[in-house]
Amino acid sequence: MNPDFAIRAEGLTRRFGALTAVNRVTLAIPHGQIYGFLGPNGSGKSTTIRMLCGLLKPSAGEVSVLGHAVPREAEALRHKIGYMTQRFSLYEDLSVEENLRFMARIFSLPRSARDGRLDTTLRHYRLESLARRRVVNLSGGEKQRLALAAATLHNPPLLFLDEPTSAVDPQSRRDFWDNLFTLTATGTTILVSTHYMDEAERCHRLAILDRGRLVAEGPPRALMRDIAAVVLEIETPDPHRAGELLRAEPWVGSVAQLGTRLHALVARDAVQPLEAVRRRLAAAGIEARVEQTAANLEDVFVAATGFNRGDGAAGHG
Amino acid sequence: MGERLGRLAAIAVKEVRQLSRDRLSLGMIIGIPLLQILLFGYAINLDVRHLPAGVADMANTELSRELIADAQASQVVNIRTRVASVQALERLLRDGKIAVGIYIPPDFDRRVENARRPAAQLLVDGSDPTILGIAEGLTGLSLPSRYRPAFAAAPLFAVHDDYNPEHRSAVDIVPALIGVILNFTMVLFTAIAIVRERERGNLELLITTPVSTLELMSGKILPYIVIGLVQVTLVLLVGVWLFHVPLRGSLLNLYLASLLFIAAGLSLGLFVSTLARTQFQAVQLTVFTFLPSILLSGFMFPFDGMPRFARWLGELLPLTHFVRLVRGIVLRGASLADMPADIYALLAFFAVFMALAVLNFHKRLD
Repeated sequence: MNPDFAIRAEGLTRRFGALTAVNRVTLAIPHGQIYGFLGPNGSGKSTTIRMLCGLLKPSAGEVSVLGHAVPREAEALRHKIGYMTQRFSLYEDLSVEENLRFMARIFSLPRSARDGRLDTTLRHYRLESLARRRVVNLSGGEKQRLALAAATLHNPPLLFLDEPTSAVDPQSRRDFWDNLFTLTATGTTILVSTHYMDEAERCHRLAILDRGRLVAEGPPRALMRDIAAVVLEIETPDPHRAGELLRAEPWVGSVAQLGTRLHALVARDAVQPLEAVRRRLAAAGIEARVEQTAANLEDVFVAATGFNRGDGAAGHG
Repeated sequence: MGERLGRLAAIAVKEVRQLSRDRLSLGMIIGIPLLQILLFGYAINLDVRHLPAGVADMANTELSRELIADAQASQVVNIRTRVASVQALERLLRDGKIAVGIYIPPDFDRRVENARRPAAQLLVDGSDPTILGIAEGLTGLSLPSRYRPAFAAAPLFAVHDDYNPEHRSAVDIVPALIGVILNFTMVLFTAIAIVRERERGNLELLITTPVSTLELMSGKILPYIVIGLVQVTLVLLVGVWLFHVPLRGSLLNLYLASLLFIAAGLSLGLFVSTLARTQFQAVQLTVFTFLPSILLSGFMFPFDGMPRFARWLGELLPLTHFVRLVRGIVLRGASLADMPADIYALLAFFAVFMALAVLNFHKRLD
């Protein structure tokens, strides 16, 4: 397998009984970048991450992580990866410092370097004042900083972050992403799953997962540029009725209302989508201003996961 | 090697820290042994005394009155009521007011002369087998000596017990109780210890770290070995002070035997923890292993009196071997070297279940 990539996966598949949670996913994740998994709950993000770090055995497919075949050589990987679980998984009845000290010993940091490394980490993640506080009393954002601190204590070249920001406020999310960029600046490869569009947009590359399948892959800008749909913005005094009308048209992929505006995706192969929409609304006597606009990631997501589901990234179990 | 020990120590230190902050668990470490030794030591008293009794003395002669006085003096029965008919006695028995009824017929004095007929009757509440057995002992009560016919034969056997001459059950029960208590707490604590990490999600993180299964398991049980020895000491102190259990063998031997048994219990607990998905299941499985241990180990019932199949099952239980070892050391002053078979059995049990636990635990989620 190719050493140019931090992670390679071929035809990765995982079945749980009758359910295929991950279905023939092929990935090539380059070194030193933030690679995002975008998808709703149940799309197979966590299962994929768990297979990549050797926690779950694939039903089919080949995985190579940092040159090690997984799960066969998973133990050799242990010192080289950091993992942040979706659910907080450090010890709530221990203090911040005790948790970090525990992880430092588990990763066999040399005794001489341990205290120094601990101090730097506490400072870098703004945990100094919380060092003696029991984790159970921390806020969501503080816990998340601690979890990242613990996952990076041993300077792993590869980080797996499974929905790290699902339980924190927007400010903490921004700080968290600043930390991630600092880590990539020193060469760390980061694989992060999310269902937030704004976070996905910040990744170097992105894989969009839907019901276990990889439906789109590439840098976010390229994905938005190459979207297989035309995005229209419609301004109208009667957005509700206009929306109803357009949704009934087979050539309209999805319609979302944003305040007084409508955001519509129309298949690229539909003949002159702009004209078609204008005509349809005029025929119904609805006054409207229709313009083509640039796609955002949500549009990419909706287009990639097949139209007519209309619920964007919002969960579907 | 240094790294391995470092990780093992990290797990053990973390475990102790968590334990020291968990008041309920801490309380259980001291509370379970104390409660059990007091309950078993006092309440489960197999030498039943002072059974409530009633008398229907239809003869009312000097001889009959003396017999009743003797029965009372034996302390086995405590005569509470006197009634005028055998029917009244039976009613008291049925209502549970008395456990034993003594019926002395009007022709008692004449019956005594006739050696072939029993002179009086004992009515017994046979619904409680222990009482039945004890009351049957009353039938050995002899007549007041001056009326005893000269030709009456002396009993064929006299029971002689060097180790527990006063027949106090506490002496038999307390040493074995060390085993019963350890059997419960050791299995339960370890069974819960790993399942708790699984339930709280800690395990998902731990298994992505370099810590190996053996390091994890050993680090987990290390603190409980110390706790087990603390419990042994506690039960021993209470047993000696409160129940005057003699300690005839060597203390070192006793602790070594306990150490072996603790190891066996912990390995079983670890195995349980690899099977159970929730703490509730772990507790259920522990209770499931606890009951047969109590019933088949010779702790409650004499081991040699059990059917062959039950004895065969009993031999598989570590408690059986520990009960033998501890009774041997504490009561008979035996040393471990006198009982190698039970030591090997405990070692084998530990090895088998530790191996099963390590093999059955995967550093994966599936």
